[in-house]
Amino acid sequence: MTAQQWTLTLVVATFALYIGIAVWSRASTTKDFYVAGTGVSPLANGMATAADWMSAASFLGMAGLISFMGYDGSVYLMGWTGGYVLLALLLAPYLRKFGAFTVPDFVGDRYYSQTARIVAVVCAIFISFTYVAGQMRGVGIVFGRFLEVDVDIGVYIGMGVVFFYAVLGGMKGITYTQVAQYCVLIFAYMVPAIFLSIMVTGNPIPQLGLGGVDLESGMPLLERLNGLNTELGFAEYTSGTKSMLDVLFITTALMVGTAGLPHVIIRFYTVPRVRDARISVGWALVFIALLYTTAPAIAVFARTNLINSVSETPYSEVPEWFTTWEDTGLLGFEDLNGDGRIQFVGPDSPVANELSVDNDIIVLANPEIAELPNWVIGLVAAGGLAAALSTAAGLLLVVSSAVSHDLLKRSLMPEISERGELLAARVAAAAAVLFAGYLGTHPPGYVAQVVAFAFGLAASSFFPVIILGIFSKRTTREGAILGMVSGIALTGAYIVWFTLMHPELSNPENWWFGISPQGIGTVGMLLNFAVTMTVSRFTPEPPEHVRRLVDSIRIPKGVEEGAA
Amino acid sequence: MADDTSARHAHYWRRNIRYVGLLLAVWFSVSFGFGILLVEPLNAINLPGTAYPLGFWFAQQGSIYVFVALIFVYVKLMNGLDAEFDVAEEDGT
Repeated sequence: MTAQQWTLTLVVATFALYIGIAVWSRASTTKDFYVAGTGVSPLANGMATAADWMSAASFLGMAGLISFMGYDGSVYLMGWTGGYVLLALLLAPYLRKFGAFTVPDFVGDRYYSQTARIVAVVCAIFISFTYVAGQMRGVGIVFGRFLEVDVDIGVYIGMGVVFFYAVLGGMKGITYTQVAQYCVLIFAYMVPAIFLSIMVTGNPIPQLGLGGVDLESGMPLLERLNGLNTELGFAEYTSGTKSMLDVLFITTALMVGTAGLPHVIIRFYTVPRVRDARISVGWALVFIALLYTTAPAIAVFARTNLINSVSETPYSEVPEWFTTWEDTGLLGFEDLNGDGRIQFVGPDSPVANELSVDNDIIVLANPEIAELPNWVIGLVAAGGLAAALSTAAGLLLVVSSAVSHDLLKRSLMPEISERGELLAARVAAAAAVLFAGYLGTHPPGYVAQVVAFAFGLAASSFFPVIILGIFSKRTTREGAILGMVSGIALTGAYIVWFTLMHPELSNPENWWFGISPQGIGTVGMLLNFAVTMTVSRFTPEPPEHVRRLVDSIRIPKGVEEGAA
Repeated sequence: MADDTSARHAHYWRRNIRYVGLLLAVWFSVSFGFGILLVEPLNAINLPGTAYPLGFWFAQQGSIYVFVALIFVYVKLMNGLDAEFDVAEEDGT
């Protein structure tokens, strides 16, 4: 079979699987719809969390980013995994004990304030929509490249599938499809990685191959790549070019942002007990780590392969994949010096660079560059779709529950019936899918920056307020509201200023203390902590029932919050 | 009685905080410490038996393995603590 036939077969088969699971796991109550009836096993929840978390960006983009950034790419590896330690130790068990349905639920109840609840609803919806636009776009691109359908039609097909299982099954449907999607995406990621590792280093385990010896030159692989990089005028692969302070701030913002993202937090509401929530975070990180420790290996194999196959190669002799990818615009060559050869060089080189390579191509084109069998190409397409769809569904659920539960049930229409709320949840999910589809077909030109915005926002709004809500009884509603607002305002203003209004000024000379817009979430978080704690000191103590609530959250069993 | 229980719960909470503090100290050391602040000096040596510069290894592989281990250690410690203070939830709730 050709690569395209394989792709079609695998995509149709996996989509049929997802829809089958959705029909089997329909939601019949709001508890099913919001938290899968709290009956998910910790292991299944760990897998679902991993799929929920790993988006099109992790699957398609990350290895490529690291490939071009070298050591600097570590900010993503540590930042997007280290947050799970914070989740396990500081958030998940307590939020599970609290036992609500959404993040605004916790904020509203703990801070005895409708204003706090509404601020949280707005943050949750904004964070989720910025994120989901990129996922839908990812779906469209995979369809466009592998099945040669129009990108917009790809987005519509993706919408149709998500619509089916998110609207019908709510959290219950999403959870079990995510388990299936995790299996698809990790298999699709590992197979080419293992092939590559054997080809480049002779070691079938990519994590070990990265620290192994390059078969072609007999040198340690990383040393060889450092040599190639320096020769071509790039920075040494294992040392970075970013300032250490910026690396610290970006890593912190990503870690804390991960722990504050509502679609990740709500996954830990779905397990039966507090101890399940703890171990479930552990499983989630095991499943995530499998991909995250493989990505840096792919990055190095792919970069070495790329340099070896294109550098100083005459354009007339390029391999077939080169021209295929040139057609998509993800790869570009301009013969500046007219010698007919490809100069792929870095900023320190005396000659001009003639090759532009999009990050996403590293994972997408890997099977072709490495001349892997056709079914592997189809598998990568199915895996990319699984990663994008699973994340999109989780995000859409946050939007839907924020509207039907936090806004209608808990704020505007408290007398709404169970059936009415479930219907509202489905309608909100449907509307969210349509809006996400609109964003996917009319993407704002700055999707990548907007995703950074989501992390900064989550880090500077939810994280400090939830942590203080659990660990400090003295934290008051006034403190929390002012803290959230000031954290978001600072982070938002800084990002909007440098990425949307004045992108031409966005360089280390103009940044505060050399902190990039990606790292500013850390400053916003510190400001939020400082404001919340200071204001709490000067405002009246939280009422008795709230202090009792905090007591009950801290202990898995034994304190009844309504006992007084 | 009530005071007894709340004293016991306060004790449980202090132990929990101590575990969290210790584990977060390790979390900080492997990522921010070895992976970022000390990366240059550590890169001068290789991870024994491999061709990994040590600082680079911590930043792109090692810290992630330690993160996973930390969560499982915490689970083990807390399950023990729950049992010791008799606050573990029953099965099937």
